[in-house]
Amino acid sequence: MRTVKHVTCPVCGCLCDDLELTIKDEKVVKVKNGCALCKAKFLGYSKHRVLKPLVRKNGRFFEVSYEEAVSRAAEILTEANYPLLYGWSMTSCEAVSAGIELAEEIGGVIDTTSTLCHGPSTLGIQDVGISSATLGQVRHRADLIVYWGSNPLIAHPRHMERYTIFRKGRFQKEKRKLIVVDVRKTETAETADIFLQIKPNMDYEVLQALRALIRDQELDVDEVAGIPTERLEEIADTMVECRFGALFFGSGLTMTRGKNRNIDAVLSLVSDLNKLTKFIAMPMRGHFNVTGADMILTWQTGYPYAVDFSLGYPRYNPGETSAVDILLREESDAALVVASDPVASLPRKAAEHLAENPLIVVDPHMSATARMADVVLPSTFVGIESGGTAYRMDHVPLPLKKIVEPPEGILSDEEILRIILSEVKRKKAEQMENP
Amino acid sequence: MKVILVTGRTVKQGFWKEYGKFSKAYMESVSVCYMDARDMERLGIKDGTNVQVSTKHGSTILKALKSTRGKHSGIIFVPYGPWINGVVDPETDSVGMPSFKGTQAEVEPAPEKPVLSLEELLKKQFRKLNR
Amino acid sequence: MKMELIIRNGFVFDPINGVKGEKMDIAVRDGKIVERVNERKALEIDASGMLVMPGGVDIHCHIAGSEVNAGRLLRPEDHFKYSERKTATTRSGSGHSVPSTFTTGYRYSRMGYTTIMNPAMPPLMAKHTHKELNDTPMVDKGSFPLLGDWWFVLEHLSNGRIEECARYVAWLMTSTKGYAVKIVNPGGVEAWGFGHNVHSLDEQVPNFNITPREIIRGLCKVNKLLNLPHTIHVHTNNLGKPGNYTTTLETMKCVEDLAADDKPVIHITHCQFSAFKGSDWKTLRSGAEEIARYVNNHSHVTLDMGQVVFTDTTTMTADAPFQYTLHELTGSKWTNQDVETETSVGIVPFRYRRKSYVHAMQWSIGLELALLIKDPWKIFLTTDHPNAGPFTAYPRIISWLMSRRAREATMKKINRRAQSKSLLPSITRELDFYEIAVMTRAGQAKALGLKDKGHLGVGADADIAVYKINPEELDPSRDYKIVRKAFRRAAYTVKGGEIVARNGEILKHVKGATLWLKVKTSQQTKVNEDLKRRFRDYWTVEYENYPVSENSLDISHPINVEAKI
Ligand code: SF4
Ligand SMILES: [Zn+2]
Repeated sequence: MRTVKHVTCPVCGCLCDDLELTIKDEKVVKVKNGCALCKAKFLGYSKHRVLKPLVRKNGRFFEVSYEEAVSRAAEILTEANYPLLYGWSMTSCEAVSAGIELAEEIGGVIDTTSTLCHGPSTLGIQDVGISSATLGQVRHRADLIVYWGSNPLIAHPRHMERYTIFRKGRFQKEKRKLIVVDVRKTETAETADIFLQIKPNMDYEVLQALRALIRDQELDVDEVAGIPTERLEEIADTMVECRFGALFFGSGLTMTRGKNRNIDAVLSLVSDLNKLTKFIAMPMRGHFNVTGADMILTWQTGYPYAVDFSLGYPRYNPGETSAVDILLREESDAALVVASDPVASLPRKAAEHLAENPLIVVDPHMSATARMADVVLPSTFVGIESGGTAYRMDHVPLPLKKIVEPPEGILSDEEILRIILSEVKRKKAEQMENP
Repeated sequence: MKVILVTGRTVKQGFWKEYGKFSKAYMESVSVCYMDARDMERLGIKDGTNVQVSTKHGSTILKALKSTRGKHSGIIFVPYGPWINGVVDPETDSVGMPSFKGTQAEVEPAPEKPVLSLEELLKKQFRKLNR
Repeated sequence: MKMELIIRNGFVFDPINGVKGEKMDIAVRDGKIVERVNERKALEIDASGMLVMPGGVDIHCHIAGSEVNAGRLLRPEDHFKYSERKTATTRSGSGHSVPSTFTTGYRYSRMGYTTIMNPAMPPLMAKHTHKELNDTPMVDKGSFPLLGDWWFVLEHLSNGRIEECARYVAWLMTSTKGYAVKIVNPGGVEAWGFGHNVHSLDEQVPNFNITPREIIRGLCKVNKLLNLPHTIHVHTNNLGKPGNYTTTLETMKCVEDLAADDKPVIHITHCQFSAFKGSDWKTLRSGAEEIARYVNNHSHVTLDMGQVVFTDTTTMTADAPFQYTLHELTGSKWTNQDVETETSVGIVPFRYRRKSYVHAMQWSIGLELALLIKDPWKIFLTTDHPNAGPFTAYPRIISWLMSRRAREATMKKINRRAQSKSLLPSITRELDFYEIAVMTRAGQAKALGLKDKGHLGVGADADIAVYKINPEELDPSRDYKIVRKAFRRAAYTVKGGEIVARNGEILKHVKGATLWLKVKTSQQTKVNEDLKRRFRDYWTVEYENYPVSENSLDISHPINVEAKI
């Protein structure tokens, strides 16, 4: 038995780094400080594991060596004209870095799961900017917390405990006020001081109404999205009167009608509020390293997701170079999926095109996507069996630890991608020699 | 009955997906449809009755469960997962993001139709597994 | 493996060793300058008719880290038109004012630069900065942690506990793999945590019993106690506000008594932004004369220019309240990121226009400072990249410094009123290649305390730039366009003894080392224990997860520093 302290949790964007794990026989047997999601991962990850590389032949999987699987993967990728490299939000920055180099080498497109959750947030930020802060700044100073279209008690279970409602800060010892805006009374909404239940698809209208109200404009309607105007005035006053407000928004805002326009509106509202008080906004990023994938793509290519290397340099045009669009237009002719399960998460029409073409999956689990693959490369669990770096939702980088040994012979995402890359390079050099 | 379909995260889905997507628990956590009690009454169904949810993009069979999340008549809530992905609107409005929340949908009772397992669902949806 | 190289017959400018354009050979072995090499075996560069200088050193350029990346994220429009294709040796990239990392390294290398300092690292984000620096090839690099508003600094200094403060700073410097103490709008950044600012050296910082003056003086003492190679690196209070030249003078004065042996104790960075006279934007005038007069009479200060060039760029500083003002002034999009317990950053896109009175004045003020300060060892060429313009504008600035004609050519095109208020027409000084070598490498290396950089003496790092300019034939005053062109694309860039770029083409992708200080003090354990105990009250990450581990640096180059305490 041994214990490992200060472990970073590889589950959600809160990236809590205070876990204490008890290890027995190279297995995690106890988790201290973690939430239910975290415990589920540490105690349950080793089930449904793939332990041998698989290659599909005549419709069936056959166990092969890494060499053979990698060689097949490299063959698929070098032969493809427009391969898609998708996923990346549940692995280390180091693996993403290898993935970007691979995408560049084969002239493919690299896109992350951002495209399916906070892609519109990024577009909103690119339109208007974002007034933001790290979570500790919120903890030390915020007296007003707003969750809009996000349900932290479920999706980010320790967010409120560590950073907002249930935690004291240097300048904020009293209870903070909590406003929740959603289309139904979520678990989080039940704890709120003020809950605004708005009609679906009408966030934009509510946000614009609030923008008008904080500028002291009168609204000449009685209600917006089912909320009486007086109620909105009350909310606007609460926002203006706080000392430091923090608004967290989730996919309730990015996935509904308006998408990036909703984000433009929420970020503009927060920006406007800074004329009157201090206010920050933050997207509630889901997967534990989706922020890291954005970050590293941005510094290496200039763009955060949906990066297309087919012309030899990075291009970015979500709607054109983003995964779902490429799949719906049936343009890609092969795909590599790392640390994600698009067959379970993409609209079916997009998933179909993904599955119809040669598909390589790097994943520790037999996921729905792996089930469709032509090559499955089993990998370690990042943050449990291999280390690296990940980014918290507020862009704070934290170390991921290797806590236990992986099953014998199993490689990490980063290692697998590096060998695919060198195999691709070797194959390309070979082709140059004997065209 | 016409409703608005909202997909999202639930605690069970988040929990069980860590145990593997082919587990029964995962399936049971995502092949469900949370409905307002009054809507269920109107449809004449009970907690646990199967329903068919359809949009112009497709349809799926899910188990209807009574929502504990206050009143939200006219809105159904389905956890993210392969069961509902054939039903959501894939339109990205040129920004790369499909419309996972707020799609117009139709719910009808389907007590006779079974909820498929993930393997059955994939076999039904993907030609690749039937070659 | 013994790599030998000889650079023959160039006109060598090596100010630190007093070499002023003499024709000589430079010999290199294993990455270092040596007395001589085996001439038959060594690789030879024929530099006859060319300038040979130490590789360029940049004391202040925002090229990596969370704020730079937030700038990249904010500005896809900055990248669309400026893409760089992948080649057999180079990675692809994009960007004009906030280029991607690989591209940044290549562009510096093409200009003959080999060492750069990234001047604003939020300590909590240090891992990010170093990851980006790992991905910035071709140059050696260092980073300055932002310390002027770090809570432990504020607390210890307000209690007068200088030595204790120094030990905390030592811990931080080593933990974040930092190179120098950076101070930005001291006190103002903490005040910004609640949306406020401070406006003078003697205003109380809200919630902390301290003033900006006490922070600057305190950290200046700390810097000396720790024996750090560079001085404190200061972005003044009131930066970017009309009338602020008085704050700048006061800032320099406030540490006058801490100087000894004629050695600098403070560096005022991007001084152009802090040299404004006048009471508002309409009455803006240059404060360059007053600042230059002070600097000419004192030896405890160095400065860098922060020269404005007319282009579209991205402003970014830890002076977040200033950035907010800029956002209000321009109406441009605005990103802000406060960092708990430490600092902040603001980002606003910006275009410097020739026809704008204020921008044209800013352009003039930067050059006035550089030309009115007599000693080139006191003022260095920077644009505070990308704040006053991207670093790729350095060759243009060199031509302005070397040529009155070049200045006049631009002067003709700027705002009329600025033409009449500018001091430039009265300045006849034209710098020579020696002075340029001081301002772009030797002086910067000296100010940074980089012993092996910025010169070509035996034992120095073999970082060398060769430019296609024959100083005997070319008159830089007249042929300023040729000068500009030559500095844009070095004929050869040698990094660590290898030829890495030739005529603007990258021949080899090399990594470059990260320079950082390993500061040794006594009684450090007690401080570490104390920090550990209080850590969770200050930050939302664990004490153990805060430091940057040495093995996360691709090439680590620690510099051992023995503190006086
Ligand atoms: S809140 Fe998120 S990061 Fe924190 S323990 Fe739970 S799952 Fe892990
Ligand atoms: Zn700067």
